[in-house]
Amino acid sequence: MNGKLTHLDSLEAEAIYIMREVAAECEKPVMLYSIGKDSSVMLHIALKAFYPEKPPFPFLHIDTTWKFKEMIKFRDETAKKYGIEMLVHTNEEGVKNGINPFDHGSSYTDIMKTQALRQALKAGGYTAAFGGGRRDEEKSRAKERIFSFRNEAQGWDPKNQRPEMWKLYNTRLHKGESIRVFPLSNWTEKDIWQYIRQENIDIVPLYFAAERPCVERDGQLIMVDDDRMRLREGEEVQIKKIRFRTLGCYPLTGGFESNAVTLDDIIAETLSAVESERTTRVIDKDSGDGSMERRKKEGYF
Amino acid sequence: MKDLLRFITCGSVDDGKSTLIGHILYDSKLLYADQERALALESKVGSRNGEIDYSLLLDGLTEEREQGITIDVAYRYFTTDVRSFIVADTPGHEEYTRNMAVGASFADLAVILVDAAKGVLIQTRRHARICSVMGIRYFVFAVNKMDLVNYDKAVFNRIENEIGKLAKELDLKNIKVIPVSATEGDNVAHLTDTMKWYNGESLLSYLENIDVDAASEEEGFYMPVQRVSRPDHTYRGFQGQIETGRLATGDEIFVLPGNEKAHVTEIYTGDKSENEAAAGQAVSIRLDREIDISRGSVIYKDTNIKITDNVTATILWMDDAPLHSGDNYFVKIGTRLIPGIVSKILYTIDVNTGKYRETDVLQKNEIAVCRISFTDRICAACFKDHKTLGELILVDRIRFATSACGVIEGIGEGSSLVNGKVNARTREACMGQHGVSILFKGYEGFTLMFAENVEKKLILEGRHTYLLSEDKDMSVGEIKKLLYHLNSAGIVVILTVNRAEDIRELTGNEKNMIVYENEDRDIDEAVSFIKKLSSYDYESAGEALYI
Repeated sequence: MNGKLTHLDSLEAEAIYIMREVAAECEKPVMLYSIGKDSSVMLHIALKAFYPEKPPFPFLHIDTTWKFKEMIKFRDETAKKYGIEMLVHTNEEGVKNGINPFDHGSSYTDIMKTQALRQALKAGGYTAAFGGGRRDEEKSRAKERIFSFRNEAQGWDPKNQRPEMWKLYNTRLHKGESIRVFPLSNWTEKDIWQYIRQENIDIVPLYFAAERPCVERDGQLIMVDDDRMRLREGEEVQIKKIRFRTLGCYPLTGGFESNAVTLDDIIAETLSAVESERTTRVIDKDSGDGSMERRKKEGYF
Repeated sequence: MKDLLRFITCGSVDDGKSTLIGHILYDSKLLYADQERALALESKVGSRNGEIDYSLLLDGLTEEREQGITIDVAYRYFTTDVRSFIVADTPGHEEYTRNMAVGASFADLAVILVDAAKGVLIQTRRHARICSVMGIRYFVFAVNKMDLVNYDKAVFNRIENEIGKLAKELDLKNIKVIPVSATEGDNVAHLTDTMKWYNGESLLSYLENIDVDAASEEEGFYMPVQRVSRPDHTYRGFQGQIETGRLATGDEIFVLPGNEKAHVTEIYTGDKSENEAAAGQAVSIRLDREIDISRGSVIYKDTNIKITDNVTATILWMDDAPLHSGDNYFVKIGTRLIPGIVSKILYTIDVNTGKYRETDVLQKNEIAVCRISFTDRICAACFKDHKTLGELILVDRIRFATSACGVIEGIGEGSSLVNGKVNARTREACMGQHGVSILFKGYEGFTLMFAENVEKKLILEGRHTYLLSEDKDMSVGEIKKLLYHLNSAGIVVILTVNRAEDIRELTGNEKNMIVYENEDRDIDEAVSFIKKLSSYDYESAGEALYI
């Protein structure tokens, strides 16, 4: 054996192994697709894992109807380019009731994301759902198994996780139970960016700095992506050169000023970053520490 | 490009292992600023009176922070200029041994903490033993809290001696002992001048430079097949990860279990066709001949891999429900899942003292050497020869819990059937039906005639049955006993009972007793009902057990 695999290559091989195990052992898998950089990496690895076959499962996007326009465009172009099956689900009940990120705070996330996801997984009868979650994102994620079990209510029981030994994954399920599978568990944010550069992976242009209309709100820059954006008193729309570190619903995603216009710029910026990435997600700060663990127990991805 | 080292930290409740890792991250400036802020904030309300409590970095679950203990493995990621690291921080409590084993199965190296004031304790021995059972080959013993023993060289030397003895007892080949203070940061990321008598490297520097591949080299090439890809009739690719060695197009390979020969015509690594691929890579292989290959097959060359229907393995029992000799489980080895029986628990090894003890029952967190038989001949190897084919898990056939993990120490020659213990589930598998009792109630003569017709039809359709009609000389208690034995033999019993109170008593708590209500006395309907009830689920139970 000469020439040891690099750090990135061994992470990629691990992710491919996991995806193939799921495809071989699970009855009805689906891959969650959030349009973000982690999803781009997941899709890229899925295409490699099964090549020349197409990934033997569909992709699912939970559309809250409040995503950045550029994200939706990117999603549709990507699905077309690779000829993959892209399913889109929206909680229509929530739309009918006018649930929005301005008036409904944390219940917006619950209704339009968590509940929508549960609806879609249940309707599709999916027994395994891939997610792009990484253990470096948040403390309770650092504790989660790669194959993470959900009970019939799709809740997570952190105290009763199946032991996960070597790469002998136990995928057996009872009726109604399902698994969330996280092939990128052992990646860090830096790994993601370096891999995107190494593999030349397309990502949503919002990750690169450009002049965009935004307002300053609670110490973050919120992009005014369409005319549904409600301005608070004293807020003024300004044009700033900003980019995003994570992508979600535009009224809830903070951008920051940056001149990073290439992948190398982004990597340089990430390597020297002093804030971990979830600080730009408004939802994680809702109710203090342990809030991610609580949401996951309730079925959040 | 940097390579990756996966390691585990083990220690007891107060050994300060979370503090140690916290300190490496902190000293190496590997913390993001907001994590640092959150940490400072939490520490103020925490238990260390406003000083930074590094362990808060790692204990991620609410309950862990409340109780101040680690329950489950936490994974942390950091990179230095030299290497990338993944560290699994594991609980030290005996109660959470299985979670420690999860971390150990993931790691190439173990950092075991020893309290300088206490020396090698029972838990130190337990941690080292479990890491060793799970196949870790490199050990660092960090003798912590040197600050509390005045950085005394004599104390360190005495402990180093104890560790030497432990290493000998467990046959640990590659060990390193380093004196540190996790709270003060001495010899953690940097050497400090508190222990000038110590001539070695700091812990971090050791972790950056150790080569863990030297001991893990295996002979030849092999790859368990994960999946057969057939996008259309022209392409048939075998997907898997190369476990060891190299493979090139044109190579002659063998495929187990059939041991057929073929040549490699194409190797895909991802979406690229390559002439060659090596250990660790995920590949899709095409061959020049149509041979029998499915998930669970193993492709190999230049080494000797066998198929067997029984192995001897050292296992760690992780289930709340105990294991008995003769219990049956699904066994997963490589990419193959197959029904099997723990035919005999040979002896347990005390995790703390290493003493052997004969037993027929294994409790949670105990280690034992067992003989395991499978329902078919599969590819397996001794862990020391071929790591991946030497690892196994046992999965409960009803609850689907991962009940045990283990490593194979010996491959059985010939058949395992001699030593197998037979129980109700084995007999059911052989009979291809579940032993159940169906109670027909009603007027004796008429019901009996109906029951006879139903039984006759069941026999004709391949069921093994017995017709038992209520007998004046037999008490209900005796009937119950008889039913138990018949059902354990895998027999479908049709029982006719007339008296209402007997029916009540017979159907009380019996899980195998079903009352059949059918006023029309339709034979076909009754037959199909009973067939369904007793039908054996080959899908979930696998093939009938070879006993």
